[in-house]
Amino acid sequence: MLTYTLRRLFLSIPTLLFIAFVIFMLLELAPGDPMASMPLTIPPEVRQQMREALGLGEPWWVRFPLWLNQFFIVEPQYWIDNAFGTNFADGAQRIISFQSRSPVFDTIAERMPQTLWVVGMSYVVGVLIALPIGIISAYKQYSVFDQAGTFVSMIGFSVPPFFSGVLVIVVFSVQLGWLPSIYDTTHQVVDWESFKFQLRQMIMPVMVLALQTTAQVSRYMRASMLDNLGQDYVRTARAKGMSESVVVMKHVVRNSMIPVVTVIALGIPSIFGGAIITEQVFKVNGLGQLLIIALQGSDIPMVMTITFLLAVLIVLMNLIADVLYGVLDPRIRYD
Amino acid sequence: MTDASLTKDAPVAAEKVPSQWWDVWDQFRGHKGAMAGLFFLTFITLFCTIGPLLWQVDPSTLDIRNKDVRPIYTAIWDGDAKVSWARPMGTDHLGRDIMSNIMQGGRISLAVGWTAMILAILIGTLIGVLSGYFKRLDWALMRFTDLVLALPLLPLLLVMMLLFRDPLRAAFGPENGIFILIVTGIGITSWMQTARIVRGDVMALKEREFVLAARSIGTPPRRMITRHVLPNVMSPIMVSATLGLATAIITESALSFLGLGFPSDFPTWGKILFDSVDRMTSFPERVLWPGMAISLTVLAVNYIGDGLRDALDPRIRGL
Repeated sequence: MLTYTLRRLFLSIPTLLFIAFVIFMLLELAPGDPMASMPLTIPPEVRQQMREALGLGEPWWVRFPLWLNQFFIVEPQYWIDNAFGTNFADGAQRIISFQSRSPVFDTIAERMPQTLWVVGMSYVVGVLIALPIGIISAYKQYSVFDQAGTFVSMIGFSVPPFFSGVLVIVVFSVQLGWLPSIYDTTHQVVDWESFKFQLRQMIMPVMVLALQTTAQVSRYMRASMLDNLGQDYVRTARAKGMSESVVVMKHVVRNSMIPVVTVIALGIPSIFGGAIITEQVFKVNGLGQLLIIALQGSDIPMVMTITFLLAVLIVLMNLIADVLYGVLDPRIRYD
Repeated sequence: MTDASLTKDAPVAAEKVPSQWWDVWDQFRGHKGAMAGLFFLTFITLFCTIGPLLWQVDPSTLDIRNKDVRPIYTAIWDGDAKVSWARPMGTDHLGRDIMSNIMQGGRISLAVGWTAMILAILIGTLIGVLSGYFKRLDWALMRFTDLVLALPLLPLLLVMMLLFRDPLRAAFGPENGIFILIVTGIGITSWMQTARIVRGDVMALKEREFVLAARSIGTPPRRMITRHVLPNVMSPIMVSATLGLATAIITESALSFLGLGFPSDFPTWGKILFDSVDRMTSFPERVLWPGMAISLTVLAVNYIGDGLRDALDPRIRGL
């Protein structure tokens, strides 16, 4: 198992390098100019100097290794320096945003908590709702509950977050006035009142994102449960005289969780992608919004770094899902 | 392609034995959700294609005197509301008729959805068949598929939209340029699942006796694929085509909603929704019309996919 994990980790390095290259070349080939927003009165030679100051003077085969160096060596050095007070980085050039002229990773670190808080919470809520729905739907197959569950997950698949988000804002903020429509990220939780406010402003974005997760995970859970409920070991367990709750909750659910756990791991990157839209709807100033702003301002280092971080997340989660599958299911052996 | 040849053969076969597709249709008809979905998809397609011929109001005509007209049903609870039978769905803040905008937007949204889906299916089928049929290509093509799957697709799509918008606009005109860009963008980012499914099925088919028999009489690979392999992988392709149509419509709307889709004077459902969000406190219906159009169309397509999957599965069919 350990060799398998190590081999996969090793194999993911060329994958990530290739992805970094694809993103880099896409941004490189594109005709978008970071100098486009500068005044037209700037003479061409000054413009050229400004381009060089942004680090755009060199050809791509020089800049791509430089970016890799900054991302994989310089930035972790700064991170270690901050954490332990050492001085590995020694004033090396960090990845600088074109727009804010500050290090990209500082901005990302500022935006990360909001995104993690909303996205993470919605994922947990979504999974927690989905599992019981999946279990009951499968146990009572073709019942009214199962039909309703199927319908709700169909809706979860079909209603895009930019509509469901707007819809809940219209209903709960505009018509009923119960919940705030804009997520206030400067809000600090200090006492019970402010905690209640935080809870109220989180309900809508979390539920909108959770609907998508619930739709997907509950389907997988149901299918997996149905596969297992027909197995021989279930009949054996029943024949031994075990109570129905033990049969279902102990035997069937535990076995059914194996594929579902990997689905949950694989779903994490896509929910970050979905958060780009949800953040836009609820005006959360998280990573997704940062990406949109950076895109509109041709802020190439920022776009590159955020997109690549998402790619790292995808590759990492694929790896975790595969390893987890092997750990949980002794029948799976990677050799 | 193969679909057409099958339907051509159908009348001959139907005289004696009902053809395979007749069975499928028979099974499909029993699926209530799928039939409702098919009905709604036909309705919305006719609404968007034939609708503008019957409802001859130009979607881009400004009519400031008749701005902010509420939809006709508002009169039921609010007698003083500004309503007009000439504008049954109301007008927007510039007096443009919402119904004709929804029709026009639907034309584009559906056209983008269908074209992008067909492109994705073509790429996916090609890569899947090549990879499953030719062992030499398998490793490279599947690693390539894995790599594309590991790309963060929505951010990359946004990058593509933003960066290639102006050159394509200059080359093909504002409408066609963006159309080509969006269709290509969605197409080349959503073929991977189809490729994987088709590859798996082709590999299983290759071991079957009839393929072996065909090969033993010296059928060349080209004929083998078009004659024996492709018709037998039609069902998974059709199912993933319906799913592809649903995701393509949603992705196009999402791009328009993020302000990176079609230009602003060019309505699509996502664009209308995006433009209405600012005024949704006073005019919630402007958000509801395009949002419902998107959601119901995607729901209908998803139900059709569900029904197709059941109908095409020979293990369930005929039960």
